[in-house]
Amino acid sequence: MDESPRQASEELPAVASPTESATLAGLLGACARGDEAAFARFYDLTAPLAWGLARRVIRDPSEAEEVTQEAYLQAWRHASRFNPDRGSATAWLLTIVHRRAVDRVRADDASTRREQVYLRRATTPDPDETPTLAVAGLEAHRVRTAVATLTDLQREAIELAYFAGYTHGEVAALLGIPLGTAKTRIRDGLIRLRDALGVGS
Amino acid sequence: MSEIHALSGAYVTNALDDIERAAFEHHLAGCTACQREVDGLREAAAELARSVAAPPPPALRDRVLVDIGTSRPLPPKALPRESRQPRFRGLLVAAVVALLAASGVGYVAAVWAPWEQQSAHLTAADQIVAAADAQRWTAAAQDGGSVTVTRSSRLSAAVLTMSGLPAAPAGKVYEFWLLKPDQSLTPAGTTSLPQGDFVLDGDAARAIGAGVTLEPAGGSMAPTTPPIAFVNFGPRA
Repeated sequence: MDESPRQASEELPAVASPTESATLAGLLGACARGDEAAFARFYDLTAPLAWGLARRVIRDPSEAEEVTQEAYLQAWRHASRFNPDRGSATAWLLTIVHRRAVDRVRADDASTRREQVYLRRATTPDPDETPTLAVAGLEAHRVRTAVATLTDLQREAIELAYFAGYTHGEVAALLGIPLGTAKTRIRDGLIRLRDALGVGS
Repeated sequence: MSEIHALSGAYVTNALDDIERAAFEHHLAGCTACQREVDGLREAAAELARSVAAPPPPALRDRVLVDIGTSRPLPPKALPRESRQPRFRGLLVAAVVALLAASGVGYVAAVWAPWEQQSAHLTAADQIVAAADAQRWTAAAQDGGSVTVTRSSRLSAAVLTMSGLPAAPAGKVYEFWLLKPDQSLTPAGTTSLPQGDFVLDGDAARAIGAGVTLEPAGGSMAPTTPPIAFVNFGPRA
């Protein structure tokens, strides 16, 4: 890994707080009208989330950078498609990032041997990742607390689907459970998470 | 059929393969209950990302800003008719946008330039109006003006013409809707102008009506206000 050790004085990444989500939606509206300064601000507020997610799913840092870059370009071009009535700007952006990241991982897998696929997508975080979890601060703590309300089975299924990018068929095969059970655990886990965090209602 | 609703979690975590995803999105377009659930679960999934947030490489910011400097945001879906230009130019504009949207161009949609004449795409709205099976209905609008819808079942397309309506208030847009046989309304485009010809998004052949409402900027997935104008389509020609 080429990441330098975290400095003691390093700031927490500026992830958008709830009071800023109205701003993010407004910034996307300005982006739809071609406002590049608004986009730069949108990037600064959301990049730690977008990058962190891409990096976690894709593992390879340069591929993660490419995907993050492509995702932001898509966000810029499609800013007019964002509908604040359907959800937050953060979720909209991260949906773009996540889908691109998963598509990239699957495309990479298509040209990789089976055992390497498993290693690439191993779900236990490697030691280099521990600092990133520590860095994310209050928001991350809130999420981890909510994730703790899930059953182990739900958490496991979501981990494999969301962070390792497996299809629900692969999740079922990896966990040795029926397909329907995999679908249900993912859905129920997300519902519980949604309710625990009080989002999306 | 209840099986498909259970895919909402797999959908928002991108755990469906391409075929399943396409099938689910097709279902989603017609199921507001699933849309609401998916919207909520999408927020929950996005929250998961907070646990892995990390400082991005500084070089990434520079590359992203260069990218956007050389690329143009896509316009919103329905475009207005420019009153000073020939009538067909406005229809061309709406037709090209509708065709781009309908062709599912995907992540890298063409950067569309309004001054380019694409004669192959010129006549989508003209074709609708000129179709042998074209049907036309007109309704008076609530606060003055009128709305006319011309539909060709053979082309499965419709053009909605607004005339004499007041300007949309700040922060609001006119949104078009197609009424499906099951009485649900599907979004068919938006505009911030009070007049013009707009090719409607969606399956006009199966629709049984069309209407216009005022919605918050960006549009809504379902009408939040009563219709300003509404036409019921008669029997198909």
